[in-house]
Amino acid sequence: MKEALKYSFPKTVPIMAGYLFLGASFGVLAVSQGLSLMVTILMSLLIYAGSMQFATINVLQANFHPIGALLLTLMVNARHIFYGITLLKPYSQMDWKKYYTIFGLTDETFSLVVSLDVPKSMDKNWVYFFVTGLNQLYWVAGTMLGILLSHFLSFNTEGIEFVLTALFVTIFVEQWLSTEDHTSALTGIVAAIISLVLFGSDHFLIPAMLGIIVFFLFQYRKIGDQVYDA
Amino acid sequence: MTHKQMLLTVFVIMLGTMFTRFLVFFIFPPSKEPPQFVNYLGKVLPAAAIGLLVIYALKEVKLTKAPFAIPEFLAILVIVLIHKWRRNSLLSIATGTIVYMVLIQGVF
Repeated sequence: MKEALKYSFPKTVPIMAGYLFLGASFGVLAVSQGLSLMVTILMSLLIYAGSMQFATINVLQANFHPIGALLLTLMVNARHIFYGITLLKPYSQMDWKKYYTIFGLTDETFSLVVSLDVPKSMDKNWVYFFVTGLNQLYWVAGTMLGILLSHFLSFNTEGIEFVLTALFVTIFVEQWLSTEDHTSALTGIVAAIISLVLFGSDHFLIPAMLGIIVFFLFQYRKIGDQVYDA
Repeated sequence: MTHKQMLLTVFVIMLGTMFTRFLVFFIFPPSKEPPQFVNYLGKVLPAAAIGLLVIYALKEVKLTKAPFAIPEFLAILVIVLIHKWRRNSLLSIATGTIVYMVLIQGVF
């Protein structure tokens, strides 16, 4: 367990940088829009989904409309379904730790977990659990920092949010370099770009996901046919 | 919105988010072997999902307005080259971020 924590911490350092900053931005924004300290911190503890929390600030300023809030949440967060399919095997076999580990499955935690190559001697389940917990710790700490420091921020942090883009790009490149077949990586990029051009940045996620699934359905059938032919 | 309504809304959004994260695990509990296609998706989806996330992170970048996504393009180019060279994730992420910050604060 201790060994797993020692292994997990350095892996989460890039996310620490990103989450402290983004969490702080969220804290500053939420408080400046008049949300209470408690509501702001509760959001980082209970919702724990970056883009959705930023959207929630606006939702909380409008009239009370829980059904609308629910529908918006399902739309913005539908991409989590992909993470569930990917991590179904490794997470399903976990003990009690899986409930929190699934609860805390953010974009960044997902991208980190799929890029990990945990040594065989180590307990993977603790690694997944610690990576998830450390990341949320950074997120909540960032939120509090934002609330506390909102008046004193002095060094120019413009552009630091790019750290999360850099994280995704690096994992993408690493995956590209370590595999021969790039069909899947290209499918993700191409489907997302086509969908972005067709539907715009607010609505492109779900069509892109559907496109990816349909593409893989065809691929799967092709492979299936090959097996039958042989 | 009253404070109570705010808390209720936060609670609803929490449940919605949890629903999207737990859904697949509810449909296919450990006791039930998922269909072959789902297993297949589990193998091929990660690379596609990371590709989707790269575009998701860049979705607000405007190609038609100054600075025409040049800082993003250059920073990503640096990440790709550095990563090919050293294969050190922390180094690639840090260098890419610093290059981007310098570009948008000082150059563009």
